[in-house]
Amino acid sequence: MSNDFTARNIPDRLTSRDQRALKSWETLLVIIAVMVFVINALSSPYFLNPWNLSDATFNFTEKAMIAFAMAMLIVSGEIDLSVASIVALASTAMGFMMQAGFDTPTLVLTGLTVGVLCGAFNGVLVTRLGLPSIVVTIGTMSLFRGISYIVLGDTAYNGYPSSFAFFGQGYVWWVISFELVLFVIFALIYAVILHKTNFGRAVYAIGNNPIGAKFSGIRVERVKFILFLLTGLMSGIAAVCLTSRLGSTRPSIAFGWELEIVTMVVLGGVNILGGSGTIPGVVLAALIMGMVTFGFGLLNVPGIVMSIFIGLLLIAVIALPRLWTMANAARAGRKA
Amino acid sequence: MIKQFIKSREALLVLAILILLGLISTRFSGFIAPQNMASVFQDTSILIMLALGQMVVILTRCIDLSVASNLALTGMVVGLINVAAPDLPVPVLLLVAITLGAFLGAINGILVWKVDIPPIVVTLGTLTIYRGIIFLVSNGAWINAHEMSASFKAFPRYELLGLPVLSWMAVVTIILFYLLVVRTPLGRAFYAVGGNPHAAVYTGINVGFTRFMAFVIAGAISGVCGYLWVSRYAVAYVDIAGGFELEVVAACVIGGISIAGGIGTIGGAVLGALFLGIIKNALPVVDISPFWQLAISGSAIIIAVAVNARSERKKGRIILKKAEHAQ
Repeated sequence: MSNDFTARNIPDRLTSRDQRALKSWETLLVIIAVMVFVINALSSPYFLNPWNLSDATFNFTEKAMIAFAMAMLIVSGEIDLSVASIVALASTAMGFMMQAGFDTPTLVLTGLTVGVLCGAFNGVLVTRLGLPSIVVTIGTMSLFRGISYIVLGDTAYNGYPSSFAFFGQGYVWWVISFELVLFVIFALIYAVILHKTNFGRAVYAIGNNPIGAKFSGIRVERVKFILFLLTGLMSGIAAVCLTSRLGSTRPSIAFGWELEIVTMVVLGGVNILGGSGTIPGVVLAALIMGMVTFGFGLLNVPGIVMSIFIGLLLIAVIALPRLWTMANAARAGRKA
Repeated sequence: MIKQFIKSREALLVLAILILLGLISTRFSGFIAPQNMASVFQDTSILIMLALGQMVVILTRCIDLSVASNLALTGMVVGLINVAAPDLPVPVLLLVAITLGAFLGAINGILVWKVDIPPIVVTLGTLTIYRGIIFLVSNGAWINAHEMSASFKAFPRYELLGLPVLSWMAVVTIILFYLLVVRTPLGRAFYAVGGNPHAAVYTGINVGFTRFMAFVIAGAISGVCGYLWVSRYAVAYVDIAGGFELEVVAACVIGGISIAGGIGTIGGAVLGALFLGIIKNALPVVDISPFWQLAISGSAIIIAVAVNARSERKKGRIILKKAEHAQ
């Protein structure tokens, strides 16, 4: 969890590894996470119950799975606001197949396929036609959820097979849910992809300077297309988990998730303009957001008040370091 | 000049709207009756006003996702004031709405200008914060029609020369924005900042301040729309106009306002909003389920942005062939 993954910072004066780790964004997040945990534990006697904590993980596991892929996409300088709508469309498709009499394996396959196809659709529009991803995905956000509304209207799909329930409701061991295991596995996979492979290095390069990346032999369009595919795939996986957990599909499923996921990614220290950010940061942000939501829930704080806190957190974590730097610069300026 | 217009984005949109109206009238001829068109315009007024506010923000290379939350918060506050003091005249409430809306917009603007946070992050944050504050000020309760004073509800419906005040507000906003964008230095600065921020600095334009002003203007418009929305539908609660910010951005994109900044016209924004408004109003009368609306406006956005990109590419001056190609 140190800073040396971020390609942007090429320091002119090498500080020690420990010093850098101490000042990193991730350290700040760890401190916030510990604070939130302690405050929660002190303010509610129900917080430190293993089953309660296990329930709390469902607040973020599905969103975080999408956030990992989204983080890479944002590092590359693109964004996908249609993820929540992909979840809705994939869930609707699974419900449709379920009504047609198909069983669990086909349902899962359907969810994943629809996710990948939606991702490919976004990817083609952005990389082949050269359209700005923020507008394209605002469009597909309406389109994908719109298709769900056309299919379902004000009705819902219910009655998923009992074997399908495992993905969202199953436990692997004691309080460790299947979703939590999936979350950990994906966190590891994405951390390795982004921080330890050529592909991950290319993602940073594209985010920092797309033209430079192109001239250094990186296939910019192809990398971006793959990132859109991955985001679609992760949305499909989240759709399987969420549909299985809720046991039903409505067209409004996962409504507003795109903003929460982007918040999670930005809170995790990913630069919204691309070029920097880490997967461990996103994992920590997911934990913080999950714990805050759950802790407030135990204290009977309404969800909408939690959202104020999340919004303030989003702005504060970005504003404070900038204000700090500005204050420092002003002081240095006065001295000179 | 006429030749220029025929090639322009506005002409394309007018054509699209005429074709749309033609198709609708084959299914239901009453739709294009002047009276019905006036009611469609009235129904689209708020979207038109918000689209104009959003347009100046997008012109400066920013985006304001908090407009719908701003609208809802201002609407709720104005509603609460009306419940507490029913005798307060509507112009005072309008003034409160404009001031509060502009203040909320100024918060966005300050964060973008002075703290240098990307606009999409700022407004994503204030989107949830403003929405949450509505819950705090109202305790989650609704303000229903019978709690509002008669004059509060009557204002946007009051007919003047055959059109309700709500429609006139949109007309006045269009004129004011036309004057602002075409006839003032600030309007010029919006285009300059979006077209090339670095060059704008060298010509003596304060880029940060210009963006700040764009946010304040968009906020003030949202505030006015907050009052209009609450009095028109005669109800205020936490979730009013939820997700409306995307419809506003959609109207701008369809109207040919480039998300990259610096390109866009008043006529485009108005026509883009009208296009969406006509679809919304036409679906029920041509027997298509209203559930189709979301998918249709989504497709419209995608097609519009593809068309935008094509026309912008044609206009671009290629200075360095290779670099341009690489992008």
